[in-house]
Amino acid sequence: MNPVMNAVAHAAPDVDLSVSIGGLKLRNPVMPASGTFAEGLEKVMDFNRLGAFVTKTITRELRAGNPLPRVVERPGSLINAIGIPSKGVRYFVEQTMPHYAAYDTPLVVSISAPTAEGFASLAAELSIPGIAAIEANISCPNIEEDGKAFAMRAESTEKVTRQLREATKLPLWVKLTPNTGDVPEVARAAEAAGADAVVVANTILSMAIDLKTFKPCLGNIMGGLSGPAIKPIVLRQVFQCAKAVKIPVIGCGGISTAEDAVEYMLAGASAVQVGTATFLQPAAMTTIIDGLRSFCLHREIPRITDLIRGVVIEEADEPDLAWLDPVS
Amino acid sequence: MSMQPLHQGSLAATTGGAGAAGSCASWKASVVAELAEVVSHEAVNGEYRHLVVRCSAEAAAAEPGQFFQLLCPQPVGEQPFLRRPMSLYGADPDKHQVEFLYKVTGAGTRGLDTLRVGDRLDIMGPLGTGFVLDPSWRSIVAVGRGAGLATLAPLAKTAKANGTRVTAVFSARRPDLLVSVDLFHSHGADVIAVTDSESTSGPANVERILRRLIADGACDAFFTCGSSRLMRVQQRLAQEFGLPGQVAMEQQMACGIGLCYCCVRDFNVNGEIVHRRVCWDGPVFDLMEALP
Repeated sequence: MNPVMNAVAHAAPDVDLSVSIGGLKLRNPVMPASGTFAEGLEKVMDFNRLGAFVTKTITRELRAGNPLPRVVERPGSLINAIGIPSKGVRYFVEQTMPHYAAYDTPLVVSISAPTAEGFASLAAELSIPGIAAIEANISCPNIEEDGKAFAMRAESTEKVTRQLREATKLPLWVKLTPNTGDVPEVARAAEAAGADAVVVANTILSMAIDLKTFKPCLGNIMGGLSGPAIKPIVLRQVFQCAKAVKIPVIGCGGISTAEDAVEYMLAGASAVQVGTATFLQPAAMTTIIDGLRSFCLHREIPRITDLIRGVVIEEADEPDLAWLDPVS
Repeated sequence: MSMQPLHQGSLAATTGGAGAAGSCASWKASVVAELAEVVSHEAVNGEYRHLVVRCSAEAAAAEPGQFFQLLCPQPVGEQPFLRRPMSLYGADPDKHQVEFLYKVTGAGTRGLDTLRVGDRLDIMGPLGTGFVLDPSWRSIVAVGRGAGLATLAPLAKTAKANGTRVTAVFSARRPDLLVSVDLFHSHGADVIAVTDSESTSGPANVERILRRLIADGACDAFFTCGSSRLMRVQQRLAQEFGLPGQVAMEQQMACGIGLCYCCVRDFNVNGEIVHRRVCWDGPVFDLMEALP
């Protein structure tokens, strides 16, 4: 055994950071959010430390993306309307995939299509060695008119998920939108149709206006809000979804620190995705992994999975959530 | 932000290494986000500030044309969220220092303006693809306007080291707003200043100046930043005389390292219009492919 590894093994009691997401084992629960990750980050961090890779969403067709400006900042947050520029599926398989094959980290491919059939055929085409799971982005607020997406409704979510399920044997993650009134109901629809996990959530549909010109700040007029400002909202949605489904929930929304990740796991997340934080601190993901280990050591928690759904709610203090979630 | 060496070692052992791109046994950060210490910070004129920070060896290895993403302090009443891209003005690998020259224009630069000597500034870099100086070039011409002069400044030092002569054509609104003239002089460069207030900065006059430099054999290549108008003049002359050129482009950025695709611009590549990321594919591009 490598002497360096021995030194580590004996330096501290070990914390088991591994998690299992719908049959896919990850060395730790930290991965990038789609659209905030690319090869450039290997200049900053060792890719073999990540729980998984999650690619920028790819589409079958070539897409140019939205007109500029594509981002605008607001206090504690960022609004983006990038519009999923894509070089198409062949480019991804031939040019992008080989890059990640050099690492011992599962590759999760985010996909999008304008129709359920399109989603299914793309998932089938990408069910190839080297791809560990499919993340179906049925929730991008920027590519459908007025932010409409499959995940806005349970029926359309069930339909697209069912077709995806028939098209691939790979673990299937379905990324939900926070922009609908009943996210747990949509999560249940995804679970019923065969999803192995749900990602909660995509960005929050939003807008900003320039007071000099009176024009919208974004070329696409509306965009998706992300960053620390949205964390309490999405954390609530993760809590609700984790109560509604048995499949794992992957939390995504404003996670910048290990403490944020712990909070998400206590609310019910089995893993977390880090996005906008990487724009501010490029090594945020590895910093969070180190912080999770430290947190567990300090609190004498042997396995990170012990945190999942660990929020303590006293029986008498449990709020009546019926008004938030009329179906339950 | 650097990782614990022990941990890297343990991962190398568990994965058995990988290909050239993924070999974590030899993995080392080439871009770092770090707290750099302000060594000096001075106003150079009514608009521009010169900031020098002490940093890591990785950051101080920055090359001309590369940039940093600065996490600016919050000025009173404002909350800049994203990092701000800032061209490299100078790098000293021996002293472990990098320099920036900036104009106070928005919330980010107003935050930078609050920095005092001894304060810490979170810098991330070096980022992007910089200028390429062919050592066989005997002389080059650098054409800049406004903040573009700061981006071109590190070229003067590198050109001198290569034995390449530099003529700089600098454009500004007024003579007192010209920056980095002394720095170019100190590296033995000739500086031709043109200004709006003296009515010498128009494209026709700049074209006359550039044609004379070409005729005198003083222009083996163009380098430019900061003006679409002056870029078009150089593109025309580069085409006419078969000269190479490079341009440093600007664009609003979020991540600065090729992740988010918010900084794309159009480029003309053999007649086809393609999107490229300024932060990752640039910020320095082939002069003939750039579109205003």
